Amino acid sequence: MGKRMKSKGILPGFGLTIGYTLVYLSLLVLIPLSILFLQTASMTWEQFWLTVTDQRVLASFQVSFLTAFFAACMNAVFGVLVAWVLVRYHFPGKRFIDGIVDLPFALPTAVAGIALASIYSENGWIGQLFAAWGMKIAYTPVGIFVALTFIGLPFVVRTVQPVLQDWDRQVEEAAATLGASRLQTFLRVILPHLLPAILTGFALAFARALGEYGSVVFISGNMPFQTEIVPLLIMTKLEQFDYTGATAIASVMLVASFFMLLVINFFQWKTNKLDAGR
Amino acid sequence: MTDTSEPGYVRWLLIAVALIFMGLFLVVPLIAVFSEAFSEGIGLFLQAVKEPDTLSAVKLTLLTAAISVPANVVFGVAAAWAIAKFSFRGKNLLLTLIDLPFAVSPVISGLIFVLLFGTQGVLGPWLAAHDIKIIFAVPGIVLATTFVTFPFVARELIPVMEAQGKDEEEAAISLGASGWQTFWRITLPNIKWGLLYGVILCNARAMGEFGAVSVVSGHIRGMTNTLPLHVEILYNEYQFVAAFAAATLLAVLALVTLVLKSLIEWKTEGQQRENEAMPEIIREASA
Amino acid sequence: MSGRYWFLRPVSVYAVAIVLCLGLIGCTASNSATDSKQQTQVELLNVSYDPTRELYQEVNQRFAEYWKTKTGQTVTIKQSHGGSGKQSRSVIDGLEADVVTLALAYDIDAIAERGYMPKEWQSRLPDNSSPYTSTIVFLVRKGNPKQIKDWDDLVKQDVSVITPNPKTSGGARWNYLAAWGYALKKNNGDEGKAKDFVNRLFKNVPVLDSGARGSTTTFVERGIGDVLIAWENEAYLAINELGKDKFDIVNPSLSILAEPPVAIVDKNVDKRQTRELATEYLQFLYTKEAQEIAAKHYYRPRLAEVKAAHQPPFPEIELFTIQEVFGGWAKAQQVHFADGGVFDQIYQAQKE
Repeated sequence: MGKRMKSKGILPGFGLTIGYTLVYLSLLVLIPLSILFLQTASMTWEQFWLTVTDQRVLASFQVSFLTAFFAACMNAVFGVLVAWVLVRYHFPGKRFIDGIVDLPFALPTAVAGIALASIYSENGWIGQLFAAWGMKIAYTPVGIFVALTFIGLPFVVRTVQPVLQDWDRQVEEAAATLGASRLQTFLRVILPHLLPAILTGFALAFARALGEYGSVVFISGNMPFQTEIVPLLIMTKLEQFDYTGATAIASVMLVASFFMLLVINFFQWKTNKLDAGR
Repeated sequence: MTDTSEPGYVRWLLIAVALIFMGLFLVVPLIAVFSEAFSEGIGLFLQAVKEPDTLSAVKLTLLTAAISVPANVVFGVAAAWAIAKFSFRGKNLLLTLIDLPFAVSPVISGLIFVLLFGTQGVLGPWLAAHDIKIIFAVPGIVLATTFVTFPFVARELIPVMEAQGKDEEEAAISLGASGWQTFWRITLPNIKWGLLYGVILCNARAMGEFGAVSVVSGHIRGMTNTLPLHVEILYNEYQFVAAFAAATLLAVLALVTLVLKSLIEWKTEGQQRENEAMPEIIREASA
Repeated sequence: MSGRYWFLRPVSVYAVAIVLCLGLIGCTASNSATDSKQQTQVELLNVSYDPTRELYQEVNQRFAEYWKTKTGQTVTIKQSHGGSGKQSRSVIDGLEADVVTLALAYDIDAIAERGYMPKEWQSRLPDNSSPYTSTIVFLVRKGNPKQIKDWDDLVKQDVSVITPNPKTSGGARWNYLAAWGYALKKNNGDEGKAKDFVNRLFKNVPVLDSGARGSTTTFVERGIGDVLIAWENEAYLAINELGKDKFDIVNPSLSILAEPPVAIVDKNVDKRQTRELATEYLQFLYTKEAQEIAAKHYYRPRLAEVKAAHQPPFPEIELFTIQEVFGGWAKAQQVHFADGGVFDQIYQAQKE
């Protein structure tokens, strides 16, 4: 970092921390990931294009992106709600609920997939309730959505929770004194403050859901053109020892989610600035 | 003091909706796992847990987490400090690059290390010549796990640090505190919740990771099987009780960090209460 | 920055960071040194596919006893199990298997192609290097409510069939080829009609699990489907493990001879100096003792006397080999399961 930081802050440690961050990031993430593109580069453009625009691949992109998006939306809304309830209210079993929020990470994804498939299939505990209404969950895109919601659940809750915990309630009091209703206070004062954290959680849940494999294969049914997710197609390629085809699809996916994350981070930065300028 | 809480019915409605959501997506699956694990009684459960292959899988899982979590904590704190306390060009890009491991499918996270260190890979011939094993051995498992859990701590800390701003630290520095002092006395207490959540998430995921580890492990029974891999093996052997028992074991291991968190929470709350009761001077004297 | 912050200067920062990172990698890599070889202790790694776990557990134990009495050495046989294709990739990428025992020859061919063993590995051991065989049968619900007797019943409109995805499961490829072979024979070699038959069969498949055991779980635990297409040994195992009174096995009139092959990985045994041990291990699979273990786990033994003595007897099913009908694995893979192959065409057509 030849350049000094632009803000004339007096805090030390920028060189140390940014240096360490960059080195660690490069060694552990960037260099290994660049292998993906290196491997893909052994294809000609035409081969690459044919591989990634295959109808089946496109269909799976659609399935993956849509289900991941809806699952992340679901998590954004309910994640904030859960975080709010956990920080603000007291109710029996609160500690327990707080404790199990992280479990989707701890359970191996395969176990999660098996458990979800058994619950949401037509003879499962919840599946049969829906089956009575003629709705199928397991082995449909809804099943994928359920699995992805499960694995992404901790992200929003856990990013919003600490921010909410540190939140100074005097601001709310001030808003209330000035005559704002609770809903107004929440929408105008609290929510904007939470927005960066929510966006972070959303982005992470979305990105994670895009790549998820272990839990989805058990509940999705894996039907071509309907419930086939991108990671499954990558596995299919590997099964034919087609490493290059697999990395081609993987790098498209990586680039797509990279840009999506970039956009979300940009918005987050924007709202942060707005918030700070207030 | 002005009222800053919702009317009772709103409160209970929100709690109810949150609980229904958590119930449908989390509690019921968990109950399913636990009920399966104990379906044949506690005796069989214990027997399954005490099996030598399961124990060696537990050991490997703990070892992996013990290496990758601290590594990512150091990185996370460093990255959060740089990103939240300073402004520089390319910050968004850096943030996004840190997020990247989440966006990579677990299968691919494993595959990149195979492409790097495998015999057909870039560094493969060199490693083979020096007889260094990375994939299909413990180092590969640790690397894959560290990769997968890479963003957690940083991602938890950055919003918290950003929300806090840097006024307090700047005040400390201008009053003559050193960088480290400022960090330990001012920043760390401020970010402890975020840090704690980060560690918990990172740890949980490190122990539960399946896809990436499965690609680099080689599945040698009793040697390179982590607990999640062992669960799959048991399940495929139709040993459902044993499989779910191992899975609950994993859940319990992750819960250990949560108990720790509750302890800290309880302790700090107690301290705060004490502090509030004490006059200013005594507090300073005792500090 | 003042002298106090010498450690914050860029150069030292990089140095520290690099040392820390290398330290991380270094200390994780430190335990990789190989043990010095002791003559009384030998080790063998058998990389196999999923459903052979129980079989090899027993074989390994017997072989260890045999080897001990023969040479006085104690042999530890390590097992690795997983999907056949995945295991094959692990060996290609450096998993140091002394022997591989996989679900289909195609997966070992792939290893041979990368120079780990001669291309004609399959002729080095008797019986196409397959010491035991199996075949494809149907598992139906008790009492066979849909009256499924043969392959033709699987394409009926109201029958729901469970089979894994041939693109991700080696076992499922045998299922697919068995159906194809039957249709081909019935229609006197008409490829178009065979394709139509398989097309109709897969229209009846509501779930394509990624692996064979996943399919079994879908059929048994989730209660989905009227019939499960499975390996004979898997069907017996499912009945024994998951419910004797819940399922029946139906034998089709014609099926495929599934030959899961075994081979020595030459490059690895030469490096680890285990060739003699590995060779004996694979030859041991052909002995009466090992054949009896195979039969016990419902694999069809090659030794006629063991097969004849097995109770209850293996049902007589007319079997064809992959060589006869498809001209070997390489060809079958190319035509049917490669991207854009017949299997993909079937789903492509269903979509349109």
